Amino acid sequence: MKLLKLQRTMARAVMQPLTPSERMQRKAPDGKSMREYAGRFIKPNDRLTSFERLEIYNRQYWLRLFSSMIEDFPGLRSVLGGRRFDAMCKAYLVDCPSKSFTLRNLGSQLESWLGKHPQWAGSRQALALDIVRLEWAEIEAFDGKAEVALRPEDLNTLDSSSLRLELQPYIRLLSLHYPVDDLLLEVRKDDTDTDFASNTFQERRKRKRVQAVAKLKPADIFLAVHRFDDSVYFRRIEPEEFSILSGLRKGKPLDQAIETALRKTSIPLEERPAAVQGWFQNWAALGWFCKPDKKAAIP
Amino acid sequence: MPANRFNGFTDYGIGIGLRAPHYHHILTRKPVCDWFEIISENFMIDGGRPLRVLDSILEQYKVVQHGVSMYFGSAEKPNREHLRRLKELVKRTKTPWVSDHLCWGSVDGRYTHDLLPMPYTFEAARLTAQKVREVRDFLEVPVAVENVSSYAEFHVSEMSEWEFLNEVVERADCGILLDVNNIYVSSQNHSFDPFTYVNSVPAERVAQIHIAGHSKYRKYILDTHDHPVIDPVWKLYQRAIQRVGHTATLLEWDDSIPSFQEVHNEALKANRFLSSTLLATAV
Repeated sequence: MKLLKLQRTMARAVMQPLTPSERMQRKAPDGKSMREYAGRFIKPNDRLTSFERLEIYNRQYWLRLFSSMIEDFPGLRSVLGGRRFDAMCKAYLVDCPSKSFTLRNLGSQLESWLGKHPQWAGSRQALALDIVRLEWAEIEAFDGKAEVALRPEDLNTLDSSSLRLELQPYIRLLSLHYPVDDLLLEVRKDDTDTDFASNTFQERRKRKRVQAVAKLKPADIFLAVHRFDDSVYFRRIEPEEFSILSGLRKGKPLDQAIETALRKTSIPLEERPAAVQGWFQNWAALGWFCKPDKKAAIP
Repeated sequence: MPANRFNGFTDYGIGIGLRAPHYHHILTRKPVCDWFEIISENFMIDGGRPLRVLDSILEQYKVVQHGVSMYFGSAEKPNREHLRRLKELVKRTKTPWVSDHLCWGSVDGRYTHDLLPMPYTFEAARLTAQKVREVRDFLEVPVAVENVSSYAEFHVSEMSEWEFLNEVVERADCGILLDVNNIYVSSQNHSFDPFTYVNSVPAERVAQIHIAGHSKYRKYILDTHDHPVIDPVWKLYQRAIQRVGHTATLLEWDDSIPSFQEVHNEALKANRFLSSTLLATAV
Protein backbone atom coordinates (compact mmCIF):
# COMPACT_ATOMS: atom_id res chain seq x y z
CA MET A 1 0.00 0.00 0.00
CA LYS A 2 1.40 3.39 -1.00
CA LEU A 3 1.92 6.07 1.66
CA LEU A 4 -0.94 8.35 0.59
CA LYS A 5 -3.42 5.49 0.32
CA LEU A 6 -2.41 4.13 3.71
CA GLN A 7 -2.75 7.54 5.33
CA ARG A 8 -6.18 8.09 3.78
CA THR A 9 -7.30 4.65 4.90
CA MET A 10 -6.12 5.16 8.46
CA ALA A 11 -7.38 8.75 8.74
CA ARG A 12 -10.88 7.71 7.65
CA ALA A 13 -11.01 5.19 10.48
CA VAL A 14 -9.39 7.46 13.05
CA MET A 15 -11.81 10.30 12.28
CA GLN A 16 -14.91 8.11 12.31
CA PRO A 17 -17.04 8.90 15.40
CA LEU A 18 -16.90 6.65 18.44
CA THR A 19 -19.86 4.64 19.70
CA PRO A 20 -21.87 6.03 22.64
CA SER A 21 -19.67 3.93 24.95
CA GLU A 22 -16.59 5.62 23.46
CA ARG A 23 -15.37 2.59 21.54
CA MET A 24 -14.47 2.25 17.87
CA GLN A 25 -17.39 1.44 15.60
CA ARG A 26 -17.78 -2.14 14.39
CA LYS A 27 -18.56 -0.89 10.91
CA ALA A 28 -15.72 0.61 8.85
CA PRO A 29 -15.99 3.76 6.71
CA ASP A 30 -16.43 1.53 3.64
CA GLY A 31 -19.44 -0.17 5.24
CA LYS A 32 -17.60 -3.44 5.84
CA SER A 33 -16.34 -4.90 9.11
CA MET A 34 -13.89 -2.66 10.96
CA ARG A 35 -11.97 -5.77 12.08
CA GLU A 36 -11.35 -6.67 8.47
CA TYR A 37 -10.62 -2.99 7.57
CA ALA A 38 -8.02 -2.60 10.34
CA GLY A 39 -6.50 -5.98 9.60
CA ARG A 40 -5.79 -4.89 6.03
CA PHE A 41 -3.08 -2.43 7.10
CA ILE A 42 -2.35 -2.83 10.83
CA LYS A 43 -0.48 -5.78 12.29
CA PRO A 44 -1.85 -7.40 15.44
CA ASN A 45 0.57 -8.26 18.25
CA ASP A 46 0.55 -10.80 21.08
CA ARG A 47 -1.74 -8.55 23.21
CA LEU A 48 -3.81 -6.46 20.83
CA THR A 49 -5.73 -7.14 17.65
CA SER A 50 -5.43 -4.81 14.65
CA PHE A 51 -8.83 -3.44 15.63
CA GLU A 52 -7.69 -2.66 19.18
CA ARG A 53 -4.49 -0.96 18.01
CA LEU A 54 -6.41 1.24 15.60
CA GLU A 55 -8.97 1.97 18.29
CA ILE A 56 -6.29 3.61 20.47
CA TYR A 57 -5.82 6.27 17.80
CA ASN A 58 -9.55 6.58 17.11
CA ARG A 59 -10.24 7.28 20.78
CA GLN A 60 -7.30 9.66 21.16
CA TYR A 61 -8.54 11.69 18.19
CA TRP A 62 -12.02 12.21 19.60
CA LEU A 63 -10.92 12.75 23.19
CA ARG A 64 -8.44 15.40 22.12
CA LEU A 65 -10.94 17.24 19.92
CA PHE A 66 -13.72 17.02 22.49
CA SER A 67 -11.53 18.45 25.23
CA SER A 68 -10.54 21.29 22.95
CA MET A 69 -14.20 22.07 22.21
CA ILE A 70 -15.12 21.88 25.90
CA GLU A 71 -12.30 24.26 26.74
CA ASP A 72 -13.25 26.74 24.01
CA PHE A 73 -17.05 26.67 24.35
CA PRO A 74 -18.03 26.19 28.02
CA GLY A 75 -20.90 28.66 27.56
CA LEU A 76 -22.46 26.75 24.68
CA ARG A 77 -22.03 23.57 26.72
CA SER A 78 -24.03 25.06 29.55
CA VAL A 79 -26.75 26.20 27.12
CA LEU A 80 -27.09 22.82 25.41
CA GLY A 81 -26.24 20.57 28.36
CA GLY A 82 -23.29 18.18 28.45
CA ARG A 83 -24.75 15.27 26.47
CA ARG A 84 -26.28 17.38 23.73
CA PHE A 85 -23.09 19.41 23.47
CA ASP A 86 -21.05 16.22 23.00
CA ALA A 87 -23.44 14.96 20.32
CA MET A 88 -23.38 18.34 18.58
CA CYS A 89 -19.56 18.42 18.65
CA LYS A 90 -19.46 14.99 17.07
CA ALA A 91 -21.76 16.12 14.23
CA TYR A 92 -19.88 19.41 13.81
CA LEU A 93 -16.47 17.75 13.66
CA VAL A 94 -17.69 15.19 11.13
CA ASP A 95 -18.94 18.02 8.89
CA CYS A 96 -16.08 20.43 9.64
CA PRO A 97 -12.91 18.48 10.45
CA SER A 98 -9.90 20.57 11.40
CA LYS A 99 -8.19 22.14 8.43
CA SER A 100 -5.69 24.07 10.48
CA PHE A 101 -2.35 23.11 12.01
CA THR A 102 -3.58 24.48 15.32
CA LEU A 103 -6.48 23.40 17.51
CA ARG A 104 -7.04 27.08 18.23
CA ASN A 105 -9.07 27.23 15.01
CA LEU A 106 -11.20 24.15 15.67
CA GLY A 107 -14.34 26.17 16.40
CA SER A 108 -13.92 28.69 13.60
CA GLN A 109 -16.89 27.28 11.60
CA LEU A 110 -19.14 26.59 14.56
CA GLU A 111 -21.33 29.69 14.33
CA SER A 112 -22.15 29.24 10.65
CA TRP A 113 -22.55 25.46 11.04
CA LEU A 114 -24.86 25.83 14.02
CA GLY A 115 -26.90 28.37 12.08
CA LYS A 116 -27.52 25.75 9.42
CA HIS A 117 -28.31 23.02 11.95
CA PRO A 118 -30.90 24.49 14.31
CA GLN A 119 -31.97 21.07 15.58
CA TRP A 120 -29.11 21.04 18.10
CA ALA A 121 -30.27 24.07 20.05
CA GLY A 122 -33.99 23.86 19.26
CA SER A 123 -35.87 26.68 20.96
CA ARG A 124 -32.59 28.07 22.28
CA GLN A 125 -31.09 28.60 18.84
CA ALA A 126 -30.77 32.39 19.14
CA LEU A 127 -29.16 32.05 22.57
CA ALA A 128 -26.81 29.31 21.35
CA LEU A 129 -25.71 31.38 18.37
CA ASP A 130 -25.10 34.41 20.58
CA ILE A 131 -22.92 32.51 23.03
CA VAL A 132 -20.92 30.88 20.24
CA ARG A 133 -20.30 34.28 18.70
CA LEU A 134 -19.10 35.60 22.04
CA GLU A 135 -16.86 32.62 22.76
CA TRP A 136 -15.28 32.73 19.31
CA ALA A 137 -14.81 36.51 19.60
CA GLU A 138 -12.99 35.93 22.87
CA ILE A 139 -10.58 33.49 21.21
CA GLU A 140 -9.87 35.99 18.46
CA ALA A 141 -9.48 38.92 20.83
CA PHE A 142 -7.07 36.94 23.03
CA ASP A 143 -4.34 36.51 20.43
CA GLY A 144 -5.32 38.89 17.63
CA LYS A 145 -2.88 41.38 16.20
CA ALA A 146 -2.31 44.74 17.91
CA GLU A 147 -0.99 47.84 16.19
CA VAL A 148 0.61 50.84 17.82
CA ALA A 149 -2.25 52.61 19.58
CA LEU A 150 -3.43 56.14 19.12
CA ARG A 151 -3.17 58.04 22.43
CA PRO A 152 -6.07 60.12 23.80
CA GLU A 153 -4.02 63.31 23.34
CA ASP A 154 -3.52 62.46 19.66
CA LEU A 155 -7.28 62.83 19.10
CA ASN A 156 -7.09 66.61 19.40
CA THR A 157 -4.53 66.84 16.61
CA LEU A 158 -6.60 64.94 14.05
CA ASP A 159 -8.65 66.54 11.30
CA SER A 160 -11.94 64.67 11.56
CA SER A 161 -13.48 65.67 8.23
CA SER A 162 -11.96 62.93 6.08
CA LEU A 163 -10.13 60.90 8.70
CA ARG A 164 -10.41 57.13 8.58
CA LEU A 165 -9.62 55.76 12.01
CA GLU A 166 -8.72 52.12 12.13
CA LEU A 167 -9.80 49.87 14.97
CA GLN A 168 -7.30 47.51 16.54
CA PRO A 169 -7.49 44.20 14.65
CA TYR A 170 -8.08 42.22 17.86
CA ILE A 171 -11.33 44.02 18.74
CA ARG A 172 -14.58 42.20 17.98
CA LEU A 173 -17.92 44.02 17.87
CA LEU A 174 -21.05 42.04 18.59
CA SER A 175 -24.73 42.81 18.36
CA LEU A 176 -26.51 40.17 20.44
CA HIS A 177 -30.04 39.26 21.43
CA TYR A 178 -29.20 37.82 24.86
CA PRO A 179 -26.97 39.10 27.69
CA VAL A 180 -24.61 36.18 27.17
CA ASP A 181 -21.67 38.08 28.62
CA ASP A 182 -23.24 37.70 32.07
CA LEU A 183 -23.95 34.05 31.42
CA LEU A 184 -20.41 33.29 30.33
CA LEU A 185 -18.91 35.05 33.34
CA GLU A 186 -21.23 32.98 35.54
CA VAL A 187 -20.12 29.76 33.87
CA ARG A 188 -16.48 30.74 34.26
CA LYS A 189 -16.96 31.56 37.93
CA ASP A 190 -18.35 28.08 38.47
CA ASP A 191 -15.57 26.36 36.60
CA THR A 192 -12.79 27.95 38.62
CA ASP A 193 -14.09 26.36 41.82
CA THR A 194 -14.74 22.85 40.60
CA ASP A 195 -11.22 21.41 40.55
CA PHE A 196 -11.30 20.17 44.11
CA ALA A 197 -15.05 20.11 44.57
CA SER A 198 -17.06 17.15 45.81
CA ASN A 199 -19.73 15.49 43.66
CA THR A 200 -22.49 17.10 45.71
CA PHE A 201 -20.88 20.50 45.28
CA GLN A 202 -20.52 19.98 41.54
CA GLU A 203 -24.15 18.85 41.24
CA ARG A 204 -25.25 22.00 43.02
CA ARG A 205 -23.10 24.07 40.66
CA LYS A 206 -24.58 22.30 37.68
CA ARG A 207 -28.11 23.01 38.88
CA LYS A 208 -27.20 26.63 39.40
CA ARG A 209 -25.82 26.85 35.90
CA VAL A 210 -28.93 25.27 34.41
CA GLN A 211 -31.02 27.81 36.32
CA ALA A 212 -28.85 30.66 35.06
CA VAL A 213 -29.45 29.55 31.47
CA ALA A 214 -33.17 28.98 32.04
CA LYS A 215 -33.78 32.41 33.52
CA LEU A 216 -31.81 34.30 30.90
CA LYS A 217 -34.30 36.58 29.16
CA PRO A 218 -33.75 38.06 25.71
CA ALA A 219 -32.31 41.58 25.74
CA ASP A 220 -30.53 43.29 22.88
CA ILE A 221 -27.00 44.21 23.86
CA PHE A 222 -23.94 45.53 22.07
CA LEU A 223 -20.50 44.35 23.07
CA ALA A 224 -16.93 45.22 22.28
CA VAL A 225 -14.74 42.22 23.05
CA HIS A 226 -11.33 43.74 23.60
CA ARG A 227 -7.99 43.31 25.27
CA PHE A 228 -6.38 45.39 27.97
CA ASP A 229 -3.08 44.48 29.62
CA ASP A 230 -3.31 41.18 27.73
CA SER A 231 -6.58 40.19 29.37
CA VAL A 232 -9.82 39.92 27.38
CA TYR A 233 -12.84 41.95 28.51
CA PHE A 234 -16.45 42.18 27.39
CA ARG A 235 -17.48 45.83 27.37
CA ARG A 236 -21.12 46.74 26.92
CA ILE A 237 -21.52 49.69 24.59
CA GLU A 238 -24.40 51.89 23.48
CA PRO A 239 -26.06 51.22 20.10
CA GLU A 240 -24.60 54.50 18.82
CA GLU A 241 -21.11 53.44 19.91
CA PHE A 242 -21.59 50.11 18.16
CA SER A 243 -22.68 51.89 15.00
CA ILE A 244 -19.71 54.30 14.97
CA LEU A 245 -17.19 51.56 15.68
CA SER A 246 -18.73 49.26 13.07
CA GLY A 247 -18.63 52.08 10.54
CA LEU A 248 -14.97 52.71 11.26
CA ARG A 249 -14.21 49.00 10.98
CA LYS A 250 -15.83 49.03 7.53
CA GLY A 251 -13.53 51.89 6.52
CA LYS A 252 -16.01 54.75 6.67
CA PRO A 253 -14.56 58.23 7.23
CA LEU A 254 -14.98 59.42 10.80
CA ASP A 255 -17.60 62.09 10.06
CA GLN A 256 -19.75 59.67 8.06
CA ALA A 257 -19.54 57.01 10.75
CA ILE A 258 -20.68 59.49 13.40
CA GLU A 259 -23.42 60.94 11.22
CA THR A 260 -24.88 57.51 10.43
CA ALA A 261 -24.78 56.50 14.06
CA LEU A 262 -26.59 59.58 15.28
CA ARG A 263 -29.28 59.55 12.62
CA LYS A 264 -31.77 57.61 14.73
CA THR A 265 -30.43 58.33 18.19
CA SER A 266 -32.59 59.32 21.12
CA ILE A 267 -29.77 61.36 22.64
CA PRO A 268 -30.88 65.03 22.80
CA LEU A 269 -29.19 67.18 20.18
CA GLU A 270 -27.37 69.38 22.71
CA GLU A 271 -25.88 66.37 24.49
CA ARG A 272 -24.52 64.68 21.40
CA PRO A 273 -21.14 66.47 21.07
CA ALA A 274 -20.23 65.68 24.64
CA ALA A 275 -21.39 62.08 24.30
CA VAL A 276 -19.36 61.50 21.15
CA GLN A 277 -16.31 63.17 22.65
CA GLY A 278 -16.61 61.05 25.77
CA TRP A 279 -16.85 57.83 23.75
CA PHE A 280 -13.77 58.67 21.72
CA GLN A 281 -11.81 59.58 24.83
CA ASN A 282 -12.72 56.23 26.38
CA TRP A 283 -11.91 54.23 23.29
CA ALA A 284 -8.59 56.00 22.85
CA ALA A 285 -7.76 55.48 26.53
CA LEU A 286 -8.38 51.77 26.02
CA GLY A 287 -6.08 51.80 22.99
CA TRP A 288 -8.81 50.78 20.55
CA PHE A 289 -7.54 52.88 17.64
CA CYS A 290 -4.43 52.29 15.60
CA LYS A 291 -2.14 55.24 15.16
CA PRO A 292 -2.84 56.56 11.63
CA ASP A 293 -0.19 56.16 8.94
CA LYS A 294 2.68 55.07 11.12
CA LYS A 295 1.36 51.63 11.82
CA ALA A 296 3.77 49.13 13.29
CA ALA A 297 2.93 45.76 14.71
CA ILE A 298 3.53 45.19 18.37
CA PRO A 299 3.13 41.91 20.23
CA MET B 1 27.29 15.33 20.65
CA PRO B 2 27.62 18.35 22.91
CA ALA B 3 27.66 20.85 20.08
CA ASN B 4 27.15 19.95 16.47
CA ARG B 5 25.76 21.34 13.26
CA PHE B 6 22.34 19.90 14.09
CA ASN B 7 21.91 21.99 17.21
CA GLY B 8 23.54 25.11 15.89
CA PHE B 9 26.84 24.30 17.66
CA THR B 10 25.27 25.11 21.00
CA ASP B 11 26.04 23.42 24.29
CA TYR B 12 22.79 23.62 26.21
CA GLY B 13 22.31 21.79 29.48
CA ILE B 14 19.08 20.63 31.06
CA GLY B 15 15.82 22.34 30.21
CA ILE B 16 12.12 21.89 30.72
CA GLY B 17 9.08 22.61 28.58
CA LEU B 18 7.67 26.11 29.01
CA ARG B 19 4.08 25.60 30.15
CA ALA B 20 1.38 28.13 31.12
CA PRO B 21 1.00 27.03 34.79
CA HIS B 22 4.66 28.01 35.34
CA TYR B 23 4.57 31.42 33.63
CA HIS B 24 3.97 33.38 36.82
CA HIS B 25 6.68 31.56 38.78
CA ILE B 26 9.24 32.02 36.02
CA LEU B 27 8.47 35.68 35.42
CA THR B 28 8.37 36.68 39.08
CA ARG B 29 10.97 34.38 40.67
CA LYS B 30 13.32 34.13 37.68
CA PRO B 31 14.55 30.64 38.65
CA VAL B 32 17.81 29.32 37.26
CA CYS B 33 17.08 27.04 34.32
CA ASP B 34 19.46 26.26 31.47
CA TRP B 35 16.81 26.60 28.77
CA PHE B 36 13.17 26.24 27.89
CA GLU B 37 11.54 24.38 25.06
CA ILE B 38 8.39 25.95 23.65
CA ILE B 39 5.66 24.32 21.60
CA SER B 40 5.94 26.42 18.45
CA GLU B 41 2.25 26.24 17.57
CA ASN B 42 1.28 27.90 20.87
CA PHE B 43 3.13 31.03 19.79
CA MET B 44 2.41 31.10 16.04
CA ILE B 45 -0.20 33.77 16.65
CA ASP B 46 -0.58 37.46 15.87
CA GLY B 47 -0.40 38.97 19.36
CA GLY B 48 -1.58 38.92 22.93
CA ARG B 49 -0.37 37.50 26.19
CA PRO B 50 1.43 34.39 24.91
CA LEU B 51 3.80 36.48 22.80
CA ARG B 52 4.27 39.01 25.58
CA VAL B 53 5.25 36.22 27.98
CA LEU B 54 7.53 34.69 25.38
CA ASP B 55 9.34 37.99 24.86
CA SER B 56 9.91 38.33 28.61
CA ILE B 57 11.26 34.78 28.76
CA LEU B 58 13.51 35.44 25.78
CA GLU B 59 15.07 38.39 27.59
CA GLN B 60 16.41 36.09 30.27
CA TYR B 61 16.50 32.52 29.03
CA LYS B 62 17.56 30.41 26.10
CA VAL B 63 14.58 29.04 24.17
CA VAL B 64 14.33 26.23 21.63
CA GLN B 65 11.32 25.60 19.41
CA HIS B 66 9.61 22.24 19.24
CA GLY B 67 6.67 21.67 16.91
CA VAL B 68 3.79 19.22 16.99
CA SER B 69 2.08 19.58 13.63
CA MET B 70 4.59 19.88 10.79
CA TYR B 71 3.95 16.21 10.05
CA PHE B 72 7.11 15.51 8.08
CA GLY B 73 5.68 12.11 7.21
CA SER B 74 2.37 13.25 5.76
CA ALA B 75 2.16 12.55 2.03
CA GLU B 76 1.24 16.12 1.22
CA LYS B 77 3.16 19.34 0.76
CA PRO B 78 3.97 21.44 3.84
CA ASN B 79 1.25 23.95 4.71
CA ARG B 80 2.55 27.35 3.51
CA GLU B 81 0.74 29.32 6.19
CA HIS B 82 2.24 27.05 8.84
CA LEU B 83 5.72 27.55 7.40
CA ARG B 84 5.30 31.32 7.18
CA ARG B 85 4.20 31.60 10.79
CA LEU B 86 6.89 29.21 11.96
CA LYS B 87 9.59 31.24 10.26
CA GLU B 88 8.25 34.42 11.84
CA LEU B 89 8.57 32.75 15.23
CA VAL B 90 12.06 31.47 14.44
CA LYS B 91 13.12 35.06 13.79
CA ARG B 92 11.60 36.12 17.08
CA THR B 93 13.12 33.41 19.27
CA LYS B 94 16.41 32.99 17.37
CA THR B 95 16.15 29.32 18.19
CA PRO B 96 19.39 27.51 17.31
CA TRP B 97 17.43 24.58 15.91
CA VAL B 98 13.82 23.50 15.48
CA SER B 99 12.42 20.06 16.03
CA ASP B 100 9.24 18.21 15.14
CA HIS B 101 8.12 14.63 14.98
CA LEU B 102 8.87 11.80 12.62
CA CYS B 103 5.22 11.02 12.05
CA TRP B 104 2.20 12.02 10.03
CA GLY B 105 -1.09 13.54 11.14
CA SER B 106 -2.82 15.22 8.23
CA VAL B 107 -4.09 14.03 4.89
CA ASP B 108 -5.93 15.92 2.13
CA GLY B 109 -5.71 19.06 4.25
CA ARG B 110 -7.49 17.51 7.24
CA TYR B 111 -5.67 17.45 10.56
CA THR B 112 -5.96 14.75 13.21
CA HIS B 113 -3.83 16.69 15.73
CA ASP B 114 -2.18 13.43 16.67
CA LEU B 115 1.28 11.97 16.09
CA LEU B 116 0.38 9.03 13.86
CA PRO B 117 2.97 6.31 13.21
CA MET B 118 4.84 5.95 9.95
CA PRO B 119 4.92 2.86 7.80
CA TYR B 120 8.64 2.03 7.68
CA THR B 121 8.99 1.88 3.90
CA PHE B 122 11.60 3.29 1.55
CA GLU B 123 8.93 5.34 -0.20
CA ALA B 124 7.91 6.94 3.11
CA ALA B 125 11.56 7.58 4.04
CA ARG B 126 12.19 9.30 0.70
CA LEU B 127 9.11 11.53 0.89
CA THR B 128 9.69 12.37 4.54
CA ALA B 129 13.33 13.28 3.97
CA GLN B 130 12.34 15.50 1.06
CA LYS B 131 9.88 17.35 3.27
CA VAL B 132 12.43 17.77 6.05
CA ARG B 133 14.81 19.33 3.53
CA GLU B 134 12.11 21.67 2.21
CA VAL B 135 11.24 22.84 5.71
CA ARG B 136 14.87 23.33 6.71
CA ASP B 137 15.65 25.27 3.54
CA PHE B 138 12.66 27.52 4.11
CA LEU B 139 13.34 28.12 7.80
CA GLU B 140 17.11 28.45 7.42
CA VAL B 141 17.81 26.76 10.75
CA PRO B 142 18.88 23.18 11.51
CA VAL B 143 16.02 20.71 11.86
CA ALA B 144 15.91 17.71 14.18
CA VAL B 145 13.29 14.95 13.88
CA GLU B 146 11.93 13.22 16.95
CA ASN B 147 11.02 9.54 17.18
CA VAL B 148 7.44 9.14 18.46
CA SER B 149 5.70 6.66 20.72
CA SER B 150 3.51 4.33 18.72
CA TYR B 151 0.73 1.86 19.33
CA ALA B 152 0.41 0.28 15.89
CA GLU B 153 2.65 -1.27 13.24
CA PHE B 154 1.91 -1.70 9.55
CA HIS B 155 2.02 -4.75 7.31
CA VAL B 156 3.79 -2.72 4.61
CA SER B 157 6.81 -1.85 6.78
CA GLU B 158 10.09 -2.92 5.21
CA MET B 159 12.45 -2.16 8.09
CA SER B 160 12.61 -1.53 11.83
CA GLU B 161 11.80 1.88 13.31
CA TRP B 162 15.45 2.69 14.00
CA GLU B 163 16.43 1.70 10.47
CA PHE B 164 13.69 3.99 9.19
CA LEU B 165 14.92 6.85 11.39
CA ASN B 166 18.45 6.36 10.08
CA GLU B 167 17.21 6.22 6.50
CA VAL B 168 15.31 9.50 6.88
CA VAL B 169 18.04 11.47 8.66
CA GLU B 170 20.75 10.31 6.26
CA ARG B 171 18.63 11.22 3.23
CA ALA B 172 17.58 14.56 4.73
CA ASP B 173 20.97 15.20 6.35
CA CYS B 174 19.19 16.41 9.46
CA GLY B 175 19.50 16.01 13.20
CA ILE B 176 17.73 13.73 15.65
CA LEU B 177 15.78 14.66 18.73
CA LEU B 178 16.15 11.36 20.52
CA ASP B 179 13.22 10.72 22.84
CA VAL B 180 14.29 7.88 25.10
CA ASN B 181 10.88 7.67 26.75
CA ASN B 182 9.26 7.19 23.34
CA ILE B 183 11.77 4.45 22.57
CA TYR B 184 10.85 2.75 25.83
CA VAL B 185 7.08 3.10 25.23
CA SER B 186 7.31 1.72 21.69
CA SER B 187 9.64 -1.10 22.78
CA GLN B 188 7.02 -2.26 25.26
CA ASN B 189 4.18 -1.88 22.76
CA HIS B 190 6.02 -3.67 19.96
CA SER B 191 8.26 -6.05 21.93
CA PHE B 192 11.74 -4.98 20.86
CA ASP B 193 14.90 -4.31 22.84
CA PRO B 194 15.09 -0.54 23.45
CA PHE B 195 18.88 -0.71 23.78
CA THR B 196 19.14 -2.05 20.23
CA TYR B 197 17.35 1.14 19.15
CA VAL B 198 19.58 3.47 21.17
CA ASN B 199 22.70 1.64 20.00
CA SER B 200 21.65 1.96 16.36
CA VAL B 201 21.12 5.71 16.28
CA PRO B 202 23.86 7.71 14.51
CA ALA B 203 25.31 9.45 17.56
CA GLU B 204 26.82 12.32 15.59
CA ARG B 205 23.34 13.44 14.49
CA VAL B 206 21.73 13.69 17.92
CA ALA B 207 20.93 17.36 18.54
CA GLN B 208 18.85 16.94 21.68
CA ILE B 209 17.34 14.33 24.00
CA HIS B 210 13.83 14.16 25.46
CA ILE B 211 12.92 12.42 28.69
CA ALA B 212 9.40 12.04 30.07
CA GLY B 213 6.97 9.90 32.02
CA HIS B 214 4.18 7.73 30.68
CA SER B 215 1.13 5.71 31.73
CA LYS B 216 0.97 1.94 31.83
CA TYR B 217 -2.23 0.15 30.91
CA ARG B 218 -2.96 -3.56 30.98
CA LYS B 219 -2.06 -4.25 27.36
CA TYR B 220 -0.06 -1.22 26.27
CA ILE B 221 1.74 1.93 27.41
CA LEU B 222 0.61 5.44 26.53
CA ASP B 223 2.94 8.39 26.18
CA THR B 224 1.13 10.80 28.49
CA HIS B 225 3.89 13.07 29.87
CA ASP B 226 2.17 13.18 33.24
CA HIS B 227 4.52 11.25 35.52
CA PRO B 228 8.14 11.31 36.66
CA VAL B 229 10.68 9.47 34.53
CA ILE B 230 10.91 5.78 35.44
CA ASP B 231 14.18 3.93 36.04
CA PRO B 232 14.23 1.92 32.79
CA VAL B 233 13.96 5.20 30.88
CA TRP B 234 16.82 6.70 32.92
CA LYS B 235 18.90 3.62 32.00
CA LEU B 236 18.17 4.26 28.33
CA TYR B 237 19.11 7.88 28.85
CA GLN B 238 22.37 6.82 30.47
CA ARG B 239 23.17 4.62 27.50
CA ALA B 240 22.27 7.39 25.06
CA ILE B 241 24.51 9.84 26.89
CA GLN B 242 27.38 7.31 26.88
CA ARG B 243 27.05 7.16 23.11
CA VAL B 244 26.33 10.77 22.18
CA GLY B 245 28.01 12.71 24.98
CA HIS B 246 26.83 15.69 27.02
CA THR B 247 23.73 16.63 25.01
CA ALA B 248 20.97 19.19 25.48
CA THR B 249 18.32 17.36 27.50
CA LEU B 250 14.72 18.28 28.09
CA LEU B 251 12.04 16.92 30.40
CA GLU B 252 8.51 17.00 28.98
CA TRP B 253 5.63 17.26 31.46
CA ASP B 254 2.36 18.23 29.79
CA ASP B 255 -0.49 16.93 31.90
CA SER B 256 -1.22 17.07 35.65
CA ILE B 257 1.66 19.53 35.74
CA PRO B 258 3.23 19.91 39.20
CA SER B 259 5.08 22.99 40.46
CA PHE B 260 7.96 24.46 38.50
CA GLN B 261 10.38 23.28 41.17
CA GLU B 262 9.13 19.71 41.05
CA VAL B 263 9.38 19.53 37.27
CA HIS B 264 12.79 21.17 37.26
CA ASN B 265 14.10 18.87 40.01
CA GLU B 266 12.95 15.86 38.01
CA ALA B 267 14.80 17.18 34.97
CA LEU B 268 17.95 17.85 36.99
CA LYS B 269 18.19 14.14 37.82
CA ALA B 270 19.72 13.91 34.35
CA ASN B 271 22.83 15.52 35.87
CA ARG B 272 23.75 12.18 37.45
CA PHE B 273 24.42 10.83 33.99
CA LEU B 274 25.65 13.96 32.30
CA SER B 275 28.34 14.57 34.94
CA SER B 276 29.60 11.01 34.71
CA THR B 277 29.96 11.48 30.95
CA LEU B 278 31.91 14.67 31.54
CA LEU B 279 34.20 12.84 33.99
CA ALA B 280 34.76 10.03 31.53
CA THR B 281 35.64 12.56 28.83
CA ALA B 282 38.06 14.33 31.19
CA VAL B 283 39.78 11.05 32.12
